[in-house]
Amino acid sequence: MKVARILTVVVALFSVVLFTGHSVSAQTVKVGFISTYSGAGAPQGDQLDKGFKLFMKLNGDKLPPGVKVETIVRDDTGPNPETAKRIAQELIVRDKVQFITGVLWTPNAAAIAPLTAEAKMPFISANAAGVAIPYASPYFARVSFTLWQACYPLGQWSAKKFKRVYTAVSDFAPGHEAEEAFTKAFKEGGGEIVGAVRIPLANPDFVPYMQRVKDAKPDAVFSFIPAGKQATAIMKAYGDLGLDKAGIKFIGPGDLTTDDELQGMGDVALGVITAHHYSAAGDRPANKAFVAAYKKEYGEKLFPGFFVVGAYDAMELVFHVIRELKGKIDPDRAMEVIKQYKNPSSPRGPIAIDPETRDIVQNEYLREVRRVGGVLANVEIETLATALKDPWKQLHPKK
Amino acid sequence: MSETGYAASPRIRWTEWLPWLAGVAVFFLLPEYLLFGARILTYILFALSLDLIVGYAGIVTLGHSAFFGAGAYVAGILAAKVKLTDPIVLLVAATVAAGVLGVTTGAVILRTRGLTQLMLTLAIAALCLEVANKATPITGGADGLSGVTIAPIFGLFRFDLFGKTAYLLCLVTLLAGWWLVRRLIYSPFGATLTGIRENSDRMHAIGAPVYRRLLAVYTISAMIAGVAGALSTETNQFVGLNVLGFEPSGELLVMLILGGVGRLYGAFVGPVVFLIAQDALAKQFPQFWYLGIGLMLVLVVLFARGGLLGLADALAARVRRSV
Repeated sequence: MKVARILTVVVALFSVVLFTGHSVSAQTVKVGFISTYSGAGAPQGDQLDKGFKLFMKLNGDKLPPGVKVETIVRDDTGPNPETAKRIAQELIVRDKVQFITGVLWTPNAAAIAPLTAEAKMPFISANAAGVAIPYASPYFARVSFTLWQACYPLGQWSAKKFKRVYTAVSDFAPGHEAEEAFTKAFKEGGGEIVGAVRIPLANPDFVPYMQRVKDAKPDAVFSFIPAGKQATAIMKAYGDLGLDKAGIKFIGPGDLTTDDELQGMGDVALGVITAHHYSAAGDRPANKAFVAAYKKEYGEKLFPGFFVVGAYDAMELVFHVIRELKGKIDPDRAMEVIKQYKNPSSPRGPIAIDPETRDIVQNEYLREVRRVGGVLANVEIETLATALKDPWKQLHPKK
Repeated sequence: MSETGYAASPRIRWTEWLPWLAGVAVFFLLPEYLLFGARILTYILFALSLDLIVGYAGIVTLGHSAFFGAGAYVAGILAAKVKLTDPIVLLVAATVAAGVLGVTTGAVILRTRGLTQLMLTLAIAALCLEVANKATPITGGADGLSGVTIAPIFGLFRFDLFGKTAYLLCLVTLLAGWWLVRRLIYSPFGATLTGIRENSDRMHAIGAPVYRRLLAVYTISAMIAGVAGALSTETNQFVGLNVLGFEPSGELLVMLILGGVGRLYGAFVGPVVFLIAQDALAKQFPQFWYLGIGLMLVLVVLFARGGLLGLADALAARVRRSV
């Protein structure tokens, strides 16, 4: 009896050793994916996660023979740069990942970036859009967007349509960037900014701000608010105070009317004009296939927003590098591959990485919220810019 | 580990060296976990400072992160904006700053008791948070304070990616903090504090300067929390707004309750158990880990009123009785 038990243990131990020995012999690439799964940012984090999972499900096996990918998912708990930095450090030091990707929030990515410079860790932002982050680390690349990319062309377009605009943005780096980009382009085009307000990032009440906008009687209000519940809340405040009826147009980057939140906003969102790189209503074949795959996976009534596409394309880039290097990841060679990356058929249209700045090059579309087939959609009405590099970096080249 | 306090013998028992042995062992045995270890050590120091006022002096506070945050921001701002990067100087500066904040805010809140006091501590932490949020040019606001670089300790030991230096610095600082708190608890001063906690009217009646004693311990506690804050800045080389938030204060109190309030080693056990559980759960279940933490707390509150150490005491007593 006793002998049998000891034997069982010995056999179990051996099988463990054999099993682990076997899995090491294959080339395993470890990828750290950071998103937000708890706290107020969880809905956006969930979108990022869905993009990541959808990619893994559809394309997770498109690897050279003998190469495996192991993903390690971590929760950064929201716009919480300290936690994010700690998690990234743990992924690098403890889990020994070869890529870090994901990352929803700009402050988090800004905290992680210097670390990736020290550790030589390719870090691909799937969302965090802070314009200057690429300058903080030569191992940083971005597949998402910058707010300059959306707001600068939107400012140029607005200068032809409106005379007086009020800006209302969230009081953190992306908000400041949106305001700066829009204001610069709008003023260059001859427009007048009649007022500018910055709204606290944490739990704001938008009604007093919208009231101030209404009292100033501008032609339009330009706003950047983090996509998600906050964007829905400002939209409601805009409608409740009757700014739409007072003839004040609502404009901003696509964060205002993300495809997943749009249905919850209701009719007040109709006619809102945004500039962005992705709309679920885009009629490119690659996008139609992508939206269909998303609906099949997560439900007919859901639409993928730009977070989903960001995470999907980030994983596409990671897999591209793994394929090019045949699973043997060297950080410097990985960055060379990343700098040459071009994808003609992303759901958002053709994209590429700018070899100079490691930032995304993509099209920007002007969209209007319309009702299409009973649901609200960001209908692309014009291509504002084709293969647009980040305008801020053209104005502020790295010294 | 029975009753600690003035009545107990102040001699250091051999068991009290065990945590330090464990701390040194971790350095050699678990090199991949040193950053995490540094975080735990920082939290133990922070919990120790809270235990001093909550557990021993009976001051209720939910705003202790104000001092942690003040220390963190002072160290961070000096390093990032003034380019004063010596880690030891930063620790001293943070101690002084947190002490000043402690004495000024303590002078107000210690005139009140109970719920009023609780509300005031919350209000002060909220004020500090808002100041840090609004003073964007200095603190970085919601984006956090980046660009913090810390010089090597004594010009020799660089803060490395693996956190070796940070871990040892935290361990040594914690040892100093532990020694100070232990001395305080076993001193007549510590006895006055326990007296005030148990019956402040009576302490007044026997002529003890209650307010001055409370202010003194509050300031000392604030200074220790400030050191912990500065340690966190030096380890992370970054300061975010959340160091001043309500969450760290609340979490810290939870850790202390988990370990056992009003006992020196409760402040050691709580953070170790809480943070390791948090780390393990967050890795295993990135989407549901808060649920695990919640369950753990419910169980402790239901079945271990005196915290884990209280539970250990009860078990030990039962074993002794049955023998």
